[in-house]
Amino acid sequence: MPHDGHHHDHDGDHHQDVPSDPALRVKALETLLVDKGLVDPAALDAIIDTYEHQVGPRNGARVVARAWSDPAYLDRLRTDATAAIAELGYEGRQGEHMVIVENTPAVHNMVVCTLCSCYPWSVLGLPPVWYKSDAYRSRAVIDPRGVLADFGLSLPEETEVRVWDSTAEIRYLVIPQRPPGTEGLDEEALAALVTRDSMIGTGFAREPAA
Amino acid sequence: MNGVHDMGGMHGFGPVRPEPDEPIFHGEWEKRALALTLAMAAWGRWNIDVSRHARERLPPRDYLRYTYYEKWIAALAMLMVETGLISAAEAASGRPDPQAPPAQPPLTADKVAATLRRGGPSARPVEAAPRFAVGDRVRAKNLNPSGHTRLPRYTRGKCGVVVMQHGGHVFPDSNAHRQGEAPCHLYAVRFTAVELWGPEADPRHSVTLDLWEPYLDAV
Repeated sequence: MPHDGHHHDHDGDHHQDVPSDPALRVKALETLLVDKGLVDPAALDAIIDTYEHQVGPRNGARVVARAWSDPAYLDRLRTDATAAIAELGYEGRQGEHMVIVENTPAVHNMVVCTLCSCYPWSVLGLPPVWYKSDAYRSRAVIDPRGVLADFGLSLPEETEVRVWDSTAEIRYLVIPQRPPGTEGLDEEALAALVTRDSMIGTGFAREPAA
Repeated sequence: MNGVHDMGGMHGFGPVRPEPDEPIFHGEWEKRALALTLAMAAWGRWNIDVSRHARERLPPRDYLRYTYYEKWIAALAMLMVETGLISAAEAASGRPDPQAPPAQPPLTADKVAATLRRGGPSARPVEAAPRFAVGDRVRAKNLNPSGHTRLPRYTRGKCGVVVMQHGGHVFPDSNAHRQGEAPCHLYAVRFTAVELWGPEADPRHSVTLDLWEPYLDAV
């Protein structure tokens, strides 16, 4: 049987067969695990579909829009964010224990995980590359204003910056400040202004187009 | 462990570079890496703390040069070999041992939605009353375990204030080593930037971390 250019020694060292390219490595691993009956390929597709099409930052944006629109809902978020977020149907993996932190003119909150890349998947989906980068993980706690500048953000000098390092299974969702000029907008229109980064604390919610 | 993963406060990694219109995955293989990792966790051979610690145990050079999903895949392969789901020879060759009986995957497509929805809550009842209340001053212990811990180096020996009680949670330092969940009280503790980084730091800034009771002393 022809192989993909590798020499196969049937009773020798097979280490030369381990591909260095991650795409080949993952393909080889998947083939092995499927062949052994350890994974169901259809389950893999269902997991990917969940994080590509169902769970993402639009979930969190709906939470924020309701928090801006409904004071009773904001109260429930403050008391038990996990339950209040579940009211909108968002729960589960990497969102088991939710806490909200609210940005105000006086206080700006920003979330990081210095030890790995913990992130509230249930409301924001999978983390972007920059969130998982060594640069963000190392600098967010010691130089938050410098990190914000990397995002083009500048806060008034008197603003207190609170960084949250997600060391446990508690996941923090930032409620950004409601932008000016949004009086009278409905929840759907408000949700469209809520960016992913504004819910991590490395961005602001967008102002509506004039 | 005092590993390269414990990055808080390090210098030299350069600016943060957000990618405009970033896709959810950079290439098909990242999707497969994510899905394989989640699907294999359904075997129940390891918990989240064991898997975090597996990534931390990657050789430091690999940890720093690998992307996120490369770390996942390397740690997954390590855990599968360590727990006997695959043999080292199978991991190296990519070919199943013909003697091994075929397995039945625990996670089938019909169970994916419910499994992800359930997640893995870490809250647990703890009988003992919490030692600390909101407003209490505490000091993070100077602990340097060679195993897994979620007490970052930059907080050790530093004083902070309890700002939230989170109730009882699984203790990663025990759970990562398969020594039981050992649940204990978890607190959000706020440290001023001046306490963490010295008098040059901005007096208005702070860092808040979730820390378990065994990490903390009363001040």
